[in-house]
Amino acid sequence: MRLQSKHLKRFWPILFYSVPVLATVTFLMASWGVWPFEACELPESLSSAAKTIDHLFYGIHTLSMLILLGTGVAIGWVIWKFDHRRDPNRKAAYFHHNTKLEVLWTLIPAGILVALAFYQMNSWAENKMNRPMITDVSGTEIPKPPLVMVKARQFGWEFHYAGDDGITETADDLYIENLLVVPVGEDIVLQLESRDVIHSFFVAELRLKQDIVPGKTQFAWFNPIRPCEVDILCTELCGWGHYKMKARLKVVPRGEFDKWLNELKQDYQPQELACRAIPVGEPPALPRGGGPSTGSVTNDHLSVAEVARLWTHHETFLQSLARSASKVPQAQKRDREFTSERQQP
Amino acid sequence: MDDANVNSNDANRLARFLTSYIFSTDHKVIGIQFLFSSLIWLAIGGLLAMAVRWQLAWPWTAMPVFGDLLFADDGGKITPEFYNVLFTMHATIMIFFVVIPILSGAFGNYLIPLMIGAEDMAFPKLNMLSYWFMWPAFACVVLMVFVPGYGAGSGWTAYPPLSVLVAHSPTGTAQNLWVLALLFAGVSSMMGAINYITTIVQMRAPGMDMFRLPMTVWSLLITAIMQAFALPVLTAALLMQLCDQVFLTGFFLPEGITANNALASSGGGEVLLWQHLFWFYSHPAVYIMILPAMGMVSDMLACFSRKPLFGYRPMVYSVCAIAGMGFIVWGHHMFISGMNKMLAVSFMVSTMLIALPSGIKVFNWIGTMWGGRLHLTTPMLFSIGFVSMFVIGGLSGVVMSSPAVDILIHDTYYIVAHLHYVLFGASVLGVFGAIYFWFPKMFGRSMNDSVGKIHFVFTFIFLNGTFFPMHFLGRMPRRYADPYLHDSLRELQPLNEFMTYCAFLMAATQLIFICNFFWSIFFGPKVDRNPWKSNSLEWTTASPPPHGNFDFQPIVHRGPYEYSHPDCEEDFLPQIAEPLRRDPQT
Repeated sequence: MRLQSKHLKRFWPILFYSVPVLATVTFLMASWGVWPFEACELPESLSSAAKTIDHLFYGIHTLSMLILLGTGVAIGWVIWKFDHRRDPNRKAAYFHHNTKLEVLWTLIPAGILVALAFYQMNSWAENKMNRPMITDVSGTEIPKPPLVMVKARQFGWEFHYAGDDGITETADDLYIENLLVVPVGEDIVLQLESRDVIHSFFVAELRLKQDIVPGKTQFAWFNPIRPCEVDILCTELCGWGHYKMKARLKVVPRGEFDKWLNELKQDYQPQELACRAIPVGEPPALPRGGGPSTGSVTNDHLSVAEVARLWTHHETFLQSLARSASKVPQAQKRDREFTSERQQP
Repeated sequence: MDDANVNSNDANRLARFLTSYIFSTDHKVIGIQFLFSSLIWLAIGGLLAMAVRWQLAWPWTAMPVFGDLLFADDGGKITPEFYNVLFTMHATIMIFFVVIPILSGAFGNYLIPLMIGAEDMAFPKLNMLSYWFMWPAFACVVLMVFVPGYGAGSGWTAYPPLSVLVAHSPTGTAQNLWVLALLFAGVSSMMGAINYITTIVQMRAPGMDMFRLPMTVWSLLITAIMQAFALPVLTAALLMQLCDQVFLTGFFLPEGITANNALASSGGGEVLLWQHLFWFYSHPAVYIMILPAMGMVSDMLACFSRKPLFGYRPMVYSVCAIAGMGFIVWGHHMFISGMNKMLAVSFMVSTMLIALPSGIKVFNWIGTMWGGRLHLTTPMLFSIGFVSMFVIGGLSGVVMSSPAVDILIHDTYYIVAHLHYVLFGASVLGVFGAIYFWFPKMFGRSMNDSVGKIHFVFTFIFLNGTFFPMHFLGRMPRRYADPYLHDSLRELQPLNEFMTYCAFLMAATQLIFICNFFWSIFFGPKVDRNPWKSNSLEWTTASPPPHGNFDFQPIVHRGPYEYSHPDCEEDFLPQIAEPLRRDPQT
């Protein structure tokens, strides 16, 4: 049996032509969410910076598709045109190189690539380097302090909101798991930390992704443009439960956010936190205002060094909290409450 | 007396068998040993991938047949712990036991001495040792099955602290074995690399200038140089990780992490250090896994186009450029890792530029076919398939090299699509082509061409069906045992089911190859020295070549790509043929 019949002569060019054609067609279908790729459309972007990323995503893909079509069609055509069965008497051409052509197809792609490299730098800077600034009371520009401290752990998300003092990592922090609520239309800064292994904070709709590295404090920021509720996913393998690090991000109007934060405050009982937080002896002595069980710390007349020491103490305290979290039933009960609350329509 | 004679004869025969087929120092035998062990691991790694696809299509559903055999305790279902083991071991096996050994180990060993006209490698014993160093690595992986967890589960990248802290990953001993396996495989590659470099530099036949070497040898030389430079870094990093695991040295651990449920790490380590060291090896390794295939494809394309390779020198220079630049782009794996954000910009520029030599190679391959007299044999089809798939893999690489776009697609299925287009679509198709092409030389018989074409068509179709839709899953994270737990990913399940069907069909297609391969070894039609009418030196000796390779002293008069020379009646002109009146320079 020899598969070299006349019909098969056409088969190979068609097979190779179909690669770029099908690739382009399905890519367009997926970008527009046409059946059967409805679910594949890029999620609608919900942050202002996401636009530049989408612009680059589609721009570079369009360029790639053109190159793919060009080379793919060339491959298909070559196979059809120069098949030895088409003209059995023809001898193959004999040439080794063409310097002009080589220079041309080196310089043109090089130009495109370098231009592309410079063109996209701004988007990266906007998303990852230029943290939003605010003006403090003395009139100097300072990086905007984080609204929430995100503590990732196996396998869940802790969100610590600043309490009355307006800074995170103090004793009056408000703590909630697996639900992040932020106000719409404002620059939101997150402080990202991990309790155990590497995690990654990913919200597709915000085009926001940042690995959370143990031992490092990092910041991420975004500006949500409209209210919504979306998934927060972990995108760095963190153990067997990697897939179930489930959390939701809720973007709400400012008024609603304040109300929610207040409710959290009302609902929040520092005593309960303290109870489950002292498994291995007393919490570290804090310089002013006492431990977390006795209420908030007033920091208006603390020196910088004292605040730093306070933070260090508090960090140790939080670590002991993390170590014990798995053993404390209240913590799990709290998790379940939030989960069931969320699942009610 | 007679008995003793018979016994000693038997012993002699056994010894002869052992030295010529098992513990042989002949590069051809070692190459074929690498080929067989890699193909066996290819089958194992492929089956692991099928299990991964099963879970992604129908999570927590009992697997038919295999499920009851493997996970009877869990009702035939894959557990989330075991899912992590599946993809970790799939990647580890495919990279370290299949693609690298089959390209450098099998084809590197088999082809280098034959193509440069040498009788064997420069260090035959070292060569044998490099193969037998793979066996402790194999043993480590097999041993993993018998320790808790059934395998390493922290990904083939093994990022600490997950890979280091037993408390956080349930696969402590398996993780130690994983490190040991990679150490052995790495040392094996290093021995091979030193041997290849020495052989190519020192043992070329008279007249075989560097610029008369076939592209296969050039790319294997550059690959060996890359291995020699990159592997020591991986070896050091692996030893550091092993120390972290066993002695809690904390090279990669920051302060305050509770290690192994007992000791809090005393700190001083840096999590990102591992990632830098690992990718400093593993990015060049990406090129180690494709350059030899590129070289072999270049040779096959020229041979079946019956036309000189277009732009031989630019091809050589672009391989060198890829190798050089391959060492300064590793940071593009770490855009999102928390690395210095300014550094990301410089890695972006270097990554953009490394696309250039790859592009040049694609244009040159098309230029090689242009105006030729194409014979669409099985190896030719696989080679064209290589080019076609490499274009897709290369272009998605350009997309990902943009750090801003990478914010969206990093660690999602888009990355999985890209790496499979390059590693499966390109490298493995190239390997299949090379097996069909050099099989007659290795075994003296040829494989069935028509069956080979059927194998090609179905592999080609199903590989695209499996991997192309992954480009559309740019928001589905990798390494999720059950993505559909999340509302935003639930609707992606039907597409994943489609990909799984394609993957199963692609795996089934490989049975055609296996049958063709083994049937042809024993019953394929016998071939003469040069069945493809090719130019390079390996086709001038017997098929299969005898011990010592050549029954004459090869003297080289020209480059390997003189097809359809106008002064020559035949459409090929072997490198050893006497000079013509008007002979080309290269």
